[in-house]
Order: sequence, then C-alpha cells, then structure tokens
Amino acid sequence: MEDSSAEPERWRDLDMLLARPGNIVSAGFDPSPQLRREIGEFARVLVVGAGGLGCELLKDLALSGFRNIDVIDMDTIEVSNLNRQFLFRLRDVGKSKAEVAAKRVMERVSGVNITPHFCRIEDMEIEFYNDFNIIVLGLDSIEARSYINSVACSFLEYDSEDNPIPETVKPMVDGGTEGFKGHARVILPGTTPCFECNIWLFPPQVKFPLCTLAETPRTPAHCIEYAHLIKWDEVHSGKTFDPDDPEHMQWVYLEAVKRAELFGITGVTYSLTQGVVKNIIPAIASTNAIISAACALEALKIVSGCSKSLSNYMMYNGVKGTHIKVTDFVREKDCIVCGPGTLIELDISVTLSQFIETLGQHPKLLILKPSVTHRGNNLYMQSPPILEQMTRLNLPLPLYELMGKVPRDALHVSGTAESSGKKTSSLMKLRVVFRGPAEIDTAASI
Amino acid sequence: MINLFKIKDKKNQDAGNANGRPPLKKQSAGELRLHKDITELNLPSTTTISFPNGKDDLMNFEISIRPDEGYHMGGTFIFTFQVPPSYPHEPPKVKCKTKVYHPNIDLEGNVCLNILREDWKPVLNINTIIYGLSHLFTQPNHEDPLNHDAATVLRDNPRLFETNARRAMSGGYVGQVYFPRCI
Ligand SMILES: [Zn+2]
Repeated sequence: MEDSSAEPERWRDLDMLLARPGNIVSAGFDPSPQLRREIGEFARVLVVGAGGLGCELLKDLALSGFRNIDVIDMDTIEVSNLNRQFLFRLRDVGKSKAEVAAKRVMERVSGVNITPHFCRIEDMEIEFYNDFNIIVLGLDSIEARSYINSVACSFLEYDSEDNPIPETVKPMVDGGTEGFKGHARVILPGTTPCFECNIWLFPPQVKFPLCTLAETPRTPAHCIEYAHLIKWDEVHSGKTFDPDDPEHMQWVYLEAVKRAELFGITGVTYSLTQGVVKNIIPAIASTNAIISAACALEALKIVSGCSKSLSNYMMYNGVKGTHIKVTDFVREKDCIVCGPGTLIELDISVTLSQFIETLGQHPKLLILKPSVTHRGNNLYMQSPPILEQMTRLNLPLPLYELMGKVPRDALHVSGTAESSGKKTSSLMKLRVVFRGPAEIDTAASI
Repeated sequence: MINLFKIKDKKNQDAGNANGRPPLKKQSAGELRLHKDITELNLPSTTTISFPNGKDDLMNFEISIRPDEGYHMGGTFIFTFQVPPSYPHEPPKVKCKTKVYHPNIDLEGNVCLNILREDWKPVLNINTIIYGLSHLFTQPNHEDPLNHDAATVLRDNPRLFETNARRAMSGGYVGQVYFPRCI
C-alpha cells in the first residue's frame, strides 16, 4: 500500500491543523508534523452504518487522516438509496452496503484500509467493539444506538473514587438525521451523558390505534398499517412478516392499495409502504453531509486533541432558515448503563443469600427484597413465585462463582429502597469487587 | 483526547491479556427495566404468568387470564408478550394466543388497547398492561371494535353476545368461525 505522504498536497491543510499549537486545543494536545501519520497508524475507528450517513462518514474520516477503519452494516443496496448514498452505483444494487462503500473509498483515498462487516451489529463478539479507539454511529434506529451504547459502556470501569478510568472509556460520536433536521453528539461514557441518560430526546414512533386501522382508516398510512399489522396475520397464519423481504413488502403494498380503494383514500405508493412499515424518515443528502461532517470532525478532535470537543449535543434544524443549537446535557448520575454504580467489596466466599442480606444493611443502598441480575443471568428473583422457584437454588452458592469467577464486575438489583420512611422501588447498578485468594491477579485497578 | 502513545504501548502488551473479563454478554437498558417491572408485578388474582424460555429470558413471557366476572367468566385466555430492547421507550407487543369472541380482540389475536399503542408512555409498566387486559374482559367495549361482528352484537343484543361468548368458550361455531374450547 502506498504511503499517504506521497500526496502532500492532499494533506496540507490537515497537517497545518495538526502541527500548529493553538489556544482552543484540548489539554495534552501535542502538535507535530508526524501527528497525522500517527493517527493513521494507531487509531482504529469503527463506523456503524453504511447508509446515507455512513457513506459520508467513511469519505470524511478517510480524508481526515484515519487509515484503519472498519464499517458494519447488514443492509444491501437498493435503488432508492442511490440519490444520496453516493458511493453506490446502479450496478451495485443488491450488494452489501458495507463492502461496496469500503471498496469505493479505498479506491479514491490511497493508504486507507477499510474492513467491511456485512452482518448485524449483534453478530459480532462484544470484544470486537473493544478493539476500536472510537466508534462513530450513522444509524437510523433507537435499538441499534442503544445496543452500541450499552456495549461501549460495558467496557467502562471506574476507580475507587468513582472516576472513570481513561483507558476504559470508549468514545462515541453519534449522528442522526430526519429530513431537514439532524443531530451530532459526543458521548464520552462516564463524562458526558450516554444514549440512555437522555433517551427522551428521541420521540417515540407514532402508533395508530388498531381499531382505527380496522374500522375507520383516513390516511394512506392507516391503509398500509392495516395491511402490515392486521391483514398479514389474517392471511399468513403463523408466518412472520419480514420487512427486508421484497415479496413481503410487495404483498403489503398491494393489500394497502386495495384497502385504500375501498375507503376512497389516495396516495398509497410502494415507497410510502416501505417508509411506513420500516419507519423510514425521508432523508436529504445535504443534511446527511452536514451531520456527517460534524461527526467526522469531532472524531478527529477526540483522537488528536487539535481542538476542544463539542460539548456535547448539536441540534441542526434547516426547516425554516438554518438554526444550530448546542446543548451541554448532563449525565444521569445514577444511570444504570453508564453510571459508576455503588461499589461493594465482598469476600469470595460470600453466598448469594448473604449478599442479598448485605444490601439491606449497606448504608448507601438500604435496598430490601432485592432481585439480582448479572449480564443477562437472573441470579435471584424475589417475585413472581414461578421465577423465585427457578432461581432459589442459587441462594446458597457463592456470588463469586455465580458471576463467573471474575475479580470484579457490575451487576444490577431491583428492590424496595427506603429513605426517611418513604419506600420507593428502585433499580440500581452495583460494582462488585472480590477480596480473597483471587486478589493475586487483580494488581490492576478496581 | 485519546492518548496515541498509550495506544501504541497497549498494542504491544495486548497479546493474550484477557484482563480477567468473563465472556461478555450485554444486558440492554430495556432488559434491566423489565427486570424491575417483573419482580414488582402485583398480579390480579385472575392472572398467572409464565416464562416459556426459562428464567433468563424475561423479554418473552405469557400471561393467562381467567376472568371471574363478565361475559368471559370461566374461560382461560393466554396473552404473549414480546418486549423490545428499546422498552420502555417502545411498548411490548401483546397478542392473544387463545381464539376469543370479543369486540376488542380480533381472530388473529390483535388486541385493541390504547396503552399498547397510541397512549403508551415510558412511565407505564407491565403491570399496567396486565390490568388493562383484565379490564377488557370486565368491560368489553363496542366503540373500539377489532372484531366488527362481535362489536355489533354486543351493542345491539348483549343477550346474544353472552350466548355467543359462552358457545365460543365451550368450543363451537359462532357464525362461520370455529372457536376451540378454552374453559
Ligand atoms: Zn447513561
């Protein structure tokens, strides 16, 4: 692979930015003529999504000096993507977005190495995500953002003073667009709010009442949702509707057209059907370009320190004129995903039932009747009785063993917390550190 | 900013350093919130819950309601819950597995209950939904029909509705439709 320094002109402005000192740089910024090369050599970036935002992000990051980039996307290219997902051509329809996007950017920017992953984000091992220094998200769904967020936050560890340990912080830059509107945000787990800290920023999807769909449809969307939610099941007993299967989509479209004719409603089209069923918001190429540019720049700033980072949420609104507002949201300090949780030190011999008893006496918790869950394993459920029975056998076992014999890890408890005579139900994160023979291998931080 | 020199160092020492981590599995925020909802359930006496996939899959469960009053008294009706990872931002998907003659539940098991769709709020919980479902049996409502025929009969001839509901629960035909026994 040729060295990118072979094209000094291409990199002149970036080199100037990275080689000169300044007043608004991050603490620790170390300007040098080699900085771009070092970023290219040592920084690994993951781009999640190779759609409208992803195409822009890959191009922007490659032109910002990043040379080790991975991209993950399960989607294949559709004709309707071509107006804005500029790395794709008509002959690419049906191929993997991640693979084609990676190839096209590598053809254009010498020295950059982009590894595509044509799969679901859940298909990769959790440790895969830990290999990157920064994760940039170009997604359109809450589920996917929430998943990546919880994975990135699961690497975060806190020291005994509840300060995040820098080496365990996995920075994320998240972009999103909706027509003329968009956002770019920087998530430094443990420092700035994570996705769950202010999930309320995302409006929930509009859901029509089923009886309206069944009885009194008034809009093309009502007809489409009728075909999708009610008619599909009626005709295909037991077969699950797959939004990614074009035949299924075509069926829903045709049924929606029939429905619309019956009620004298006009405006059902195939692309509207896709839009309603998959909850696709119309995308505008230039909004994607603006938001991706902001995200790529933030990624460069986080990695190089060449300027202060966005703190921490930029809202862009181009509906009426152009408005940009930056809000410094605050972290939810008790966030069950990114928060430190309460530190508890335990002997490796402590059983689950002793641990549960401890929680009621612990001055910072005073949590009664706690149910305990660890990485998807429900260790003990106080209620309902059927789950209590299934988990009761764990009670006499040492918690250390139930948690997979790791020196430290987080777990969550739900129960009743009592403070000044008032009982409130609560869900808490706990950071358990084990003492005992295992201490030998925990010379590192807690 | 990220310390590039630390990254360099880390690269060198990374080999074979698993850092004492367990094989990681993540638990979504939705799963955690559901954990709290489930352990706090306060089920009506007519209702039981079961977890077909065992204790570690709370996201898919079933509720069985046996109304002790109303037109459907004595029947047993199973509802399946599918809770999305984005819970409670998004509501669970609930379907009635038992074929029922009811104005607000269609023959495919779709349920017309406002808090399952348009009126869902993240402050609501699984308990609210279960109470909402129980309420459908004590107060079937012909104004929000999903089963159009059943709704019309309930509105115009509650006596006939009662007979039809009984016949359906005992296993039999109402009009052209066969209902398996659920008593
Ligand atoms: Zn958080």
